[in-house]
Amino acid sequence: MHSFSDSLLTALSLIANMDASLLAIVLRSLAVSALACALACAVGLIGGAWLGVARFTGRGSVLTVLNTFLAVPSVVVGLVLYLLLSRSGPLGFLGWLFSFKAMVLAQAILVLPVTTTLTRQIVQDAQAMHGEQLQSLGARTLVRSVLLAWDERYAVLTVVIASFGRAISEVGAVMIVGGNIDGFTRVMTTAIALETSKGDLPLALGLGIVLLGVVLFLNVVISALRRRGELGSSAEALAQLAPPMAGKPSAPAVGGVV
Amino acid sequence: MTVLMDVRSASVYFGKRAALVRALHDITLQIKAGERVALVGANGCGKSSLLRLLHGLMRPSSGVVHTQAGLRQAMVFQRPYMMRMSLQANLSVGLFLQGVPWRAARAQSLQALQHVGLAELAGRNARALSGGQQQRAALARACALAPQVLLLDEPTASLDPHAKHEVESLMQAFAAGRLNPPAAQGPMTMVFSSHNLGQVKRLASRVVYLENGSILADLPVEQFFDSVTLSADYPQAYLFVKGESP
Repeated sequence: MHSFSDSLLTALSLIANMDASLLAIVLRSLAVSALACALACAVGLIGGAWLGVARFTGRGSVLTVLNTFLAVPSVVVGLVLYLLLSRSGPLGFLGWLFSFKAMVLAQAILVLPVTTTLTRQIVQDAQAMHGEQLQSLGARTLVRSVLLAWDERYAVLTVVIASFGRAISEVGAVMIVGGNIDGFTRVMTTAIALETSKGDLPLALGLGIVLLGVVLFLNVVISALRRRGELGSSAEALAQLAPPMAGKPSAPAVGGVV
Repeated sequence: MTVLMDVRSASVYFGKRAALVRALHDITLQIKAGERVALVGANGCGKSSLLRLLHGLMRPSSGVVHTQAGLRQAMVFQRPYMMRMSLQANLSVGLFLQGVPWRAARAQSLQALQHVGLAELAGRNARALSGGQQQRAALARACALAPQVLLLDEPTASLDPHAKHEVESLMQAFAAGRLNPPAAQGPMTMVFSSHNLGQVKRLASRVVYLENGSILADLPVEQFFDSVTLSADYPQAYLFVKGESP
């Protein structure tokens, strides 16, 4: 049995040497989660934005169901998808069980409520503040939701990152529908679970460190993007306070008040 | 004069039975072409609700609101919403939503910005502009749509005196048809709400006084500020006007 420090050192050396098996697992994890996140975002961002603006009978019930799905355990999603994709299941003809596609589908289903609910909340708040003004310009529900989501893009970007974080850190669903097959459907989380149970702590710890590193990297990216947006606005504001001497004063092209 | 908007016995209520709030009650009002109508009254009297009702942002709980077929109208709000994009793009979006092709919309929006003296800021982030500049841009955005009726909800309420003066000048210019785009065809009909009675005197041709969601006085501007007439026939409106600071 390795001590923690031994395991940590071995893990760091695996990462530093770009261990082939570790790299393959990491790349597969990133591919599965990125695809799942892209699928969920394609539906969830637009759907959530629309839900933030649209008013219809039964909207409250839809929101309640969505909020409930936020708390669905990943193993339950895995189990339902397993039953659907198994040979005797209604989607068995696809032959997707224990495949890359099944893992993408499972993570996309898990992430979809997160993307939809968070986007809905962001756009709903923006709609309450500014929706009327866009409506007065002639923007109907769908256009309004797209414009508001675009205007809140930095907040929406955080939703995308949160969704990716949820996808890449999930273990139950991909374990059930992927089968954790070495070199085929083994991803970081399933590998960590397996290697830990086998006692191969360095690989498990190495994968854990990479997983944390990925999430950290994403957070750094999102912070940088947000800061860039905020700095852009501040710089514009400062430029306004100190206009160039040669510039003409910005006054309306009309006479004074009578 | 042509009637552009006709409100008949319109009432607006918010909430449900237990907590019903009356925003407007039995409003009957006609807006005719070329008028400059000021809506005045204390906070919460229904000025903003009436403007929203006229603009179709709110439906009457009872009564009807008729607008002339094909009437073009635009609204400017107290705190204009500028999207996180350039000033020119903000104006272009408004035009684009009305069916103007993007390239033409950009050209027209630049022209509209020139009218309000903001052309040199066209490429700047609209969010970074001052309150006065944003309000001028909002006026330009609304007027670029060549509306026959321009509705303004306390357009100068949150501005400093200088910006207030600039916006008021623009309102006068637009109302007189001096800066309107060619499609606007002549002077613009204007309905605005204001707490500033000096501004009402300067800009309005007619004043509508509201209290608790009802119209208590609807008079030509000269009569509204004639204390003899007002105190005799419209005591509540007179009391309101008397509160005007010198």
